Amino acid sequence: MELEDLIALTEAESSQHAEIEIRVCTAAGCLSSGSRSLISALEHAVEDRGLGDRVGLREVGCMRLCCEGPLVSVNTSTSDGTRVPTLYGKVDAAQAPDIVTSVEQGRKSAEALHSIDPNGPFFAHQKSVVLEHCGIVEPERIESSIALGAYRSLHRALHDLSPAEVVEQVTRSGLRGRGGAGYPTGLKWATVAKMPPGQKYVVCNADEGDPGAFMDRSILESDPHRVLEGMAIAAHAIGANQGYIYVRGEYPIAISRLDTAIRQAKRFGLLGSGIFDSTFNFRVDLRIGAGAFVCGEETALIHSIEGLRGTPHPRPPYPAESGLWGHPTLINNVETYANIPVILREGADWFAQIGTEQSKGTKVFALAGKIRRSGLVEVPMGVPLREIVERIGGGSPEGSSVKAVQTGGPSGGCIPAELLDTPVEYESLKALGSIMGSGGMVVMDQDDDMVGVARYFMNFCMDESCGKCVPCRAGTVQMHRLLDRIERGEASHDDLVTLEDLCDLVQHASLCGLGQSAPNPVLSTLRFFRHEYESRLIEFSGPPSSAVSSDPR
Amino acid sequence: MGTRATPERSQTADGSAHPSGDDRFRYLDAAMKRHRYRPDALIEVLHTAQELFGYLEPDLLRYVARGLRLPPSRVFGVATFYHLFTFTPRGEHTCTVCTGTACYVKGADALLGVVEQITGTHPGMTTADSRISLETARCVGACGLAPIVVFDGKVVGQMTPEQLAERVKGWLDHGT
Amino acid sequence: MAVKTLSVDGQLISAREGQTLLEAAREAGISIPTLCHLDGLNAVGACRLCLVEANGRLLPSCLTPVAEEMDVQTQTDRLQRYRKQIVELLFAERNHVCSVCVANGNCELQSLAMRLGVDHLRYEPQEPECEVDLSHERYGLDHNRCVLCTRCVRVCDEIEGAHTWDVAGRGTHCRVITDLHQPWGDASTCTSCGKCVMACPTGALFHRGSSVSENVHDRETLHALILAREEKQWLV
Repeated sequence: MELEDLIALTEAESSQHAEIEIRVCTAAGCLSSGSRSLISALEHAVEDRGLGDRVGLREVGCMRLCCEGPLVSVNTSTSDGTRVPTLYGKVDAAQAPDIVTSVEQGRKSAEALHSIDPNGPFFAHQKSVVLEHCGIVEPERIESSIALGAYRSLHRALHDLSPAEVVEQVTRSGLRGRGGAGYPTGLKWATVAKMPPGQKYVVCNADEGDPGAFMDRSILESDPHRVLEGMAIAAHAIGANQGYIYVRGEYPIAISRLDTAIRQAKRFGLLGSGIFDSTFNFRVDLRIGAGAFVCGEETALIHSIEGLRGTPHPRPPYPAESGLWGHPTLINNVETYANIPVILREGADWFAQIGTEQSKGTKVFALAGKIRRSGLVEVPMGVPLREIVERIGGGSPEGSSVKAVQTGGPSGGCIPAELLDTPVEYESLKALGSIMGSGGMVVMDQDDDMVGVARYFMNFCMDESCGKCVPCRAGTVQMHRLLDRIERGEASHDDLVTLEDLCDLVQHASLCGLGQSAPNPVLSTLRFFRHEYESRLIEFSGPPSSAVSSDPR
Repeated sequence: MGTRATPERSQTADGSAHPSGDDRFRYLDAAMKRHRYRPDALIEVLHTAQELFGYLEPDLLRYVARGLRLPPSRVFGVATFYHLFTFTPRGEHTCTVCTGTACYVKGADALLGVVEQITGTHPGMTTADSRISLETARCVGACGLAPIVVFDGKVVGQMTPEQLAERVKGWLDHGT
Repeated sequence: MAVKTLSVDGQLISAREGQTLLEAAREAGISIPTLCHLDGLNAVGACRLCLVEANGRLLPSCLTPVAEEMDVQTQTDRLQRYRKQIVELLFAERNHVCSVCVANGNCELQSLAMRLGVDHLRYEPQEPECEVDLSHERYGLDHNRCVLCTRCVRVCDEIEGAHTWDVAGRGTHCRVITDLHQPWGDASTCTSCGKCVMACPTGALFHRGSSVSENVHDRETLHALILAREEKQWLV
């Protein structure tokens, strides 16, 4: 494979474009709402009308507005060559003939179809960098990815840039880890690159375990080659020849598409030995998780790849020095790798002008909960939470109002509605006792009880604690019991003090990030909704909880 | 403990039936061979074993331990660490209620209560007639469609207690 | 070998490069409480009792190598508070009624509680269902007393080389197990060497039929064995 071959493939692929392209979402969300049977119905309808040569049916990835699935987009070439997409939601297989009819007659939409404005607020306020090809590219066909520019950045990295220059580009872009903590990616790469030459590994953390988060799943299901390309560029930059992708066992579609993508890339010579006629070799293997949230923690993830119990070990030493089988290992999350090809393509400076001073680029969020429009959202860093919740998500459904937004999953916190003008940045969210996390965002309304939410997350952490260190193993059990008692109105003021003391212990004395952040949901709800706790204590004599506003004043 | 060159394996190399009379062991052997009997392949091999046999019983774990030359306690320790591995036979049908955050705020507790009430069983357990296994999932990643219930591997979104009751009762009544 | 100078509780001490804070402090006569640590076994940093404040960070002293000019505090109020909480959590986790335990008077958890001044429990006892395994002809296992320090797992793997023990389950459901979670007496890998019993800090692993006063965990024999293995030194 050489650059000319990529170009030839691109040309061959675009010459195959049909006059009318019908794209159907085949990401997990839409598949669960029946997009598979819809595709066969569309195939039949196209065949019945004899439109086979005019209409191309494409199985693509996530089109973002998951609550309206299954989603279908119809793209018709106009005389000037531009394509105007029409988007339909909640399409039933029985409606396939209607879609084909509207396509055939060139009408925008048939009456029975639920059409969605692709320029509506959900889409108009987003900015696509990582998701630029999601919902356009066909995840199971490498040709389709190549036609949209996949592996060009890898070619450039191998032929025009030295490993040090790649690291420099990533550093200058200001990209920070998208897995949660926001560690500067360039610095991590530079550390591993500086380790003495020898066996090194590149690992992609695709163990997206936060309940309520599905960004990484969507990226893997929709555009897997982008992640593979990012990993290969990283391997070149740090001097690794072996990569692992650690995927959650709960994501069968992502696993199968990654498997396909790896095999196709190997066949095309884009993974394996002597990539792009260089001396660079890079092999990628999949490792499938088996249901343990703690394996998202990097030292636990390493143990799990090694076939051990997924218990973390204290850092230092960091995986950058001593990771898989004791060798220097670079671990980044899916979205971080997905940013790499575009940084090399458009340049570090282009990337760095998106976002804010401290947090560059865009961030993908999974918006869900008590919200009108839920789905996948990509926005520049620094936009206020309100923009995401109210403009893009459309706010709470009729008859309810937003009470809080939970970010960062079990390691994060609840941000009250009054603070929705907070910009989404690593530092500003941390200042509120939450975290950016991997990007799960769950909206809660007035019916959601914050003590119950805290108890829910503590139950999660208790179940997911690996059991190695005492504060996390035994502390989360006791915190869960205390929260349960508070929720049931059986706790005293002393119990609340004991709970806060335990938060302090578990946060500071636990061995790994899971334990250290387990108290966050309690601490943040105590901070902003303390009254909901206090009003339930036995000694409480004030007005009942429902009559009290959640205003922290 | 047995060594790597167990007679079982040498006999299956030519593709003949496995001496245990159970051909599934041939596939398991092939999976271990593909990973070159490396101990770090344990979790991958356990996935294969569970796919083939439905659940991991002690003899199967012992077989894997022997194949990968690992101490049995290590194999048991690893298998029980990960919640996707199961050690008892499953029912004919599996109903998995997602308890992720989005599903939680959209009423997953109520859904779980409905199934528990109808089947008289709890998460991780199977009904006495082996018809339905009830499970919970941490998040199946389809939060946009919360609340989610998975019926025999098929993800169904925007579930209501009524729809759920109908599905589960259907399984109990007809076994289909 | 390079020597590092550091300050521990305001006292200047010197330590060899590569030593842990715990070792260096103990050599200087400064005692830091530990539970999962046992000399001669790989440290795991799991009990968190040996946490110290080093240059403002909380670090497990059993795993942290000494560094030049490190400023270490081992006895701050905060550390004492955390240690007390951890011991209380352990007491609430299983059933540690000392008066009926074979290790009464020879139990490290009991000593820690006395040393740290734990006189009552703030936490509700978890009261899990725990079995007692008396299937082995010489030894017994009482899960009620287990603190999951994993000394038995490590001594069996690292010193005896049998790897009969491991930890099964997760979180609060963790249990030490032999082979495939079968009765200890049926575990074919067990060599009945007794090192696990020697290493156990509480009454979880014990000699069968011994009375309370006899049930001293023979730590000295174990240390002699470890020394013989590591340094090729035999104490005859």
